[in-house]
Amino acid sequence: MITVDSLTRRYAGFTAVDDVSFTAEPGRVTGFLGPNGAGKSTTMRVMVGLTAPTSGSATIDGVRFTALPNPGREVGVLLDASAQHAGRTGRETLTIASDTMGLPRARVDEMIELVSLTPGEAKRRVRNYSLGMRQRLGIATALLGDPRVLILDEPANGLDPAGIRWMRDLLTDFAGRGGTVLLSSHLLHEIEVIADDLVVIGHGRIVASGSKDELLATAGTLARSSAPLDLVRALEHAGIPSAVAGDGAVRSDADPARVGAVALAAGIALTELRSAEGAGLEDMFLSLTADTQREGAVA
Amino acid sequence: MTTTTIPITRLVSVELRKMFSTRSGFWLLVSIAVLTLVAAASVVVLAPDSDVTYESFTRASGFPMSLILPIIAILAVTSEWSQRSGLTTFTLVPSRGRVIGAKAIATLLVGVGSVALAFLVGAFGNVIGSALAGVDTVWNISVTMALQLVLFNLIGMLIGFTIGVVLRSSAAAIVGYFVASFVLPGVLLLLAQVRPWFEELQPWVDWNETQVALLEGAMDSAQEWAMLGSTTMIWIVVPLAVGLLTLRRSEVT
Repeated sequence: MITVDSLTRRYAGFTAVDDVSFTAEPGRVTGFLGPNGAGKSTTMRVMVGLTAPTSGSATIDGVRFTALPNPGREVGVLLDASAQHAGRTGRETLTIASDTMGLPRARVDEMIELVSLTPGEAKRRVRNYSLGMRQRLGIATALLGDPRVLILDEPANGLDPAGIRWMRDLLTDFAGRGGTVLLSSHLLHEIEVIADDLVVIGHGRIVASGSKDELLATAGTLARSSAPLDLVRALEHAGIPSAVAGDGAVRSDADPARVGAVALAAGIALTELRSAEGAGLEDMFLSLTADTQREGAVA
Repeated sequence: MTTTTIPITRLVSVELRKMFSTRSGFWLLVSIAVLTLVAAASVVVLAPDSDVTYESFTRASGFPMSLILPIIAILAVTSEWSQRSGLTTFTLVPSRGRVIGAKAIATLLVGVGSVALAFLVGAFGNVIGSALAGVDTVWNISVTMALQLVLFNLIGMLIGFTIGVVLRSSAAAIVGYFVASFVLPGVLLLLAQVRPWFEELQPWVDWNETQVALLEGAMDSAQEWAMLGSTTMIWIVVPLAVGLLTLRRSEVT
């Protein structure tokens, strides 16, 4: 289990992570979401001891990462797949990590096979690797020590669709065997498919966290009409706050029956009216982080 | 969990492996081997018969090393930042002090091993060279001279290592090393000539001066050793201490 408790990291005149608390439970995949620069990577760097927190703490089963005697055996980490020595072969990269952790060399071959790098590819130097191959190598390094916790920053980046599918199965299986997985991604669809729990961060603060079902269920009602602005006005008149999404869908927190009644009373013909439950992670993400988005309010 | 702390011996052997398992490390090693042989052979071809001695061969085969070993020492440290491999290294071993310590030990081992190789190649060169030239085989290296030659190479590597720790960038550190070994002596000499007060101070500050004495195996007075102590303090001990302090807090991005 990963526990982040009141974590704050300040740089000169800039707070990257601001009083962040959440947990990632064993047996579950926790998705860590947020716009660029929201503090995801900094939080993860603090977790693995690369960056010192200004205050607060991050622990793995109650122990600080830096206090673990042989961290690679307990926590698999992939923060940046391109941060590997370009002049080493893939196999050599794994051998060095394996030797550091004190594992038998046979483990290196197992991992190369697990992440589907061919023996020929494993002999090539990392400078000749595509991003997808570097991701596979990074995953292999993370899994090498047979850890019970995985911390992965954007692991699906650069993978082809088959690779993304493979990664998803791998992580689901890992959590299924009781492991803890924390992964960040901007690929919302991926997170939606794979994550059990979600932590959404914006401007260094937690915007929402909880189980995926819970969070998506709170999304309210989605309605469409040929005159969305009229509908918004009618809802406002009825005391229901709402907003128009870019595609003309009107969202509100009220339940569908209420929205339908307001539309009827106002004489607005609806073309679609449903619980926004199925609206998906993207809408939720955009609305939750609307004021922290670079592009301004979109939801 | 039954995991135990990673022993320092394991870290040292990993760091040794890392020095030579990169493309640059491999070619630096190959160039040491090739240049050492070329240098030894050149003594046979170029040196007058009177110079076909163990000292000539060992010096010749040791010369390419003295240039390349510091670069190996620099890259051992800086590649973690310039190649960003530190992201993995320092998550597998969060204690950066232990990693850098292991690198320092590995660097010294490589230094000692390389100098031993120079003595070995020198010995072969001497036997073969003297036979070819038809002169008596002369074994003219004393233990003191040998030890000073070892020290010469280790100090060169430690200077490189220190610059690596302070600058943490491969390109900057290599340039920095060449400035410190080829530009700095000239500047200090010039300063000594135009500023009389610096003239006496110069050998206490210029580490190249004490290096030359070591290379020639000519260190014999207490004052010379004191000068070596002074330059080591100025160029290795103090900057290394400051560099280590900042390194332990620095971001590995």
